[in-house]
Amino acid sequence: MSIIATRGLGKQFPGVLALDELTIDIEPGIVGLVGANGAGKSTLIKILLGLIPPTRGQASVLGLDTARESLKIRELVGYMPENDCLPPDVSATEFIVHIARVSGLPATAARERAADTLRHVGLYEERYRPIGGYSTGMRQRVKLAQALVHDPKLVFLDEPTNGLDPAGRDEMLALIQRIGTQFGISVLVTSHLLGELERVAQHLVIIDGGRLLRSQAVTAFTQASGVLAVEVDDEAAGRDRLGHSLAEAGLRVHPDGRGLLIDIADETTYDLVRDCVADLGLALVRMENRRHRIEEVFSS
Amino acid sequence: MTSVIHDIGYRHYDGPRLGRAYAVRSLFTHNLRAAYGLGRPVKAKIMPFLLFTIMLLPAAISVAITALASSIGSGQSINLIRYSAYAVYLQPLIAIFLAAQSPVLASRDLRFHVTPLYFSRPLSRLDYVLAKYGALTAALFILLGTPITILFIGALATKQKHLGTHALDWAGGLVGCLMFALVLAAIGLVVAAFTPRRGFGVTAVMAVYLISTAAVTSIQGIAESQTKFGVARWAGVFTPFNLVDDVQVWALGAKSSSPEPPPSGLGGPVFTLVCVAVVAGSLAILYQRFRKAGAR
Repeated sequence: MSIIATRGLGKQFPGVLALDELTIDIEPGIVGLVGANGAGKSTLIKILLGLIPPTRGQASVLGLDTARESLKIRELVGYMPENDCLPPDVSATEFIVHIARVSGLPATAARERAADTLRHVGLYEERYRPIGGYSTGMRQRVKLAQALVHDPKLVFLDEPTNGLDPAGRDEMLALIQRIGTQFGISVLVTSHLLGELERVAQHLVIIDGGRLLRSQAVTAFTQASGVLAVEVDDEAAGRDRLGHSLAEAGLRVHPDGRGLLIDIADETTYDLVRDCVADLGLALVRMENRRHRIEEVFSS
Repeated sequence: MTSVIHDIGYRHYDGPRLGRAYAVRSLFTHNLRAAYGLGRPVKAKIMPFLLFTIMLLPAAISVAITALASSIGSGQSINLIRYSAYAVYLQPLIAIFLAAQSPVLASRDLRFHVTPLYFSRPLSRLDYVLAKYGALTAALFILLGTPITILFIGALATKQKHLGTHALDWAGGLVGCLMFALVLAAIGLVVAAFTPRRGFGVTAVMAVYLISTAAVTSIQGIAESQTKFGVARWAGVFTPFNLVDDVQVWALGAKSSSPEPPPSGLGGPVFTLVCVAVVAGSLAILYQRFRKAGAR
């Protein structure tokens, strides 16, 4: 069953067409929504939450229609906005407990879930201090906690790595991966950086100027390209000997830095490479299928 | 035994989800607490609690004097402050409370963009506005109702004469407090909702109170001196305390505590309608304000 489905979705803001004829179907799991700033990512999320109505078309989330059943949808999903959205004068604990109650959790459950969730996102002693004194990384964690505290079926994370340093980005991506896999909560995560979503998402939706460019599984973007990368010890001499030997055996070989790139003809190519290396008495350091990076697909 | 924190992994929540009415109630409670700085640093508690304490002082002093008087045998029918007059006499304090705390409820969520977190939950924007309005109304009602309740308890404790009349006046006073709270909360929230920065909000609410009071008082003075008593009375509609006081004079039979009683004839009903219009209009404006904010 699709967790998100849109049919001919369009949104016209005064002077800007934010979404144009968008039709997508998304299966459970971690889904990356990629697009440049202004591509329509946040607009799509707001329509899915029922916060703004679409100009054309329709959308459903978890099988519920966004126009008629938005209250029900909002009970079952979590939303982490892109911008800063935290009051500075309360502690993370106080705020997350409050948010849990507004999501319908009874007082005791709200306190337990708030403590659990803050621990899961990695906030410990500092959670008792007012949020105003937090670093950007800690604020992002609180924002994530408020989206998870009511144990939703699906979370919308709008640019969760925005403003984080490289280490913070890695931690946030690892957290998103845990949410999608260990927690069993589906994730729709947006970013304008393809590279980071490639690492965590199972499915990617790429939009540009409000239009759908692609929607497919990450594995489909990165299918083996039919090129084998091989590296042997003994530097250039060994590499060249192997290259000649393979060329004589009828394979197409190109040097690539310290290694070789070999076009894979069929299954026997792997055996041929192995045998040649053994015959020449070389030490095989690396032999791997070269995959396309998603970015190559995007730019081509 | 050593204690070890075990990571027990993620646990799903399968308990009850209490829905929209509970969500609104939670938001109401949170905002009522916020109005008194509860759940916030000490700095946020100072102003509301200081004002609350000062509000109680006249009532406490009045009870003390009454007790002293009855103990030295000066009788049991001393009534220093009328229940219905308390809010009118202490209006500057109430205005300061309103000015200081309205922005906490009205503009804080806007300033720090917290509204998307609420509107992405099972709450409508009207629910949100009503919860805020209800919370500030309740906060003001506590501020106004507590001292007159102390007066009443004082009357009971010192065994005043005519306790039945006391009870009726006190009940009427509470209804009056509720009317003051409803009208003042509406005005305070609307003014503060359009001034995202707290300092501006405080100043704006104070300005509305001071300017309306000063202008109306001078108009009433001039009209009186020219013996245009009708004008003087109708002018009361333009300042919140005179307006509501005139409604309690007309509707509850309270004795007028403001500079001017309500105009005779249609005055009472018109003033009441004005109160209703202020509340309804403010809620409509607030709804529009937060509707726009939530869609961003």
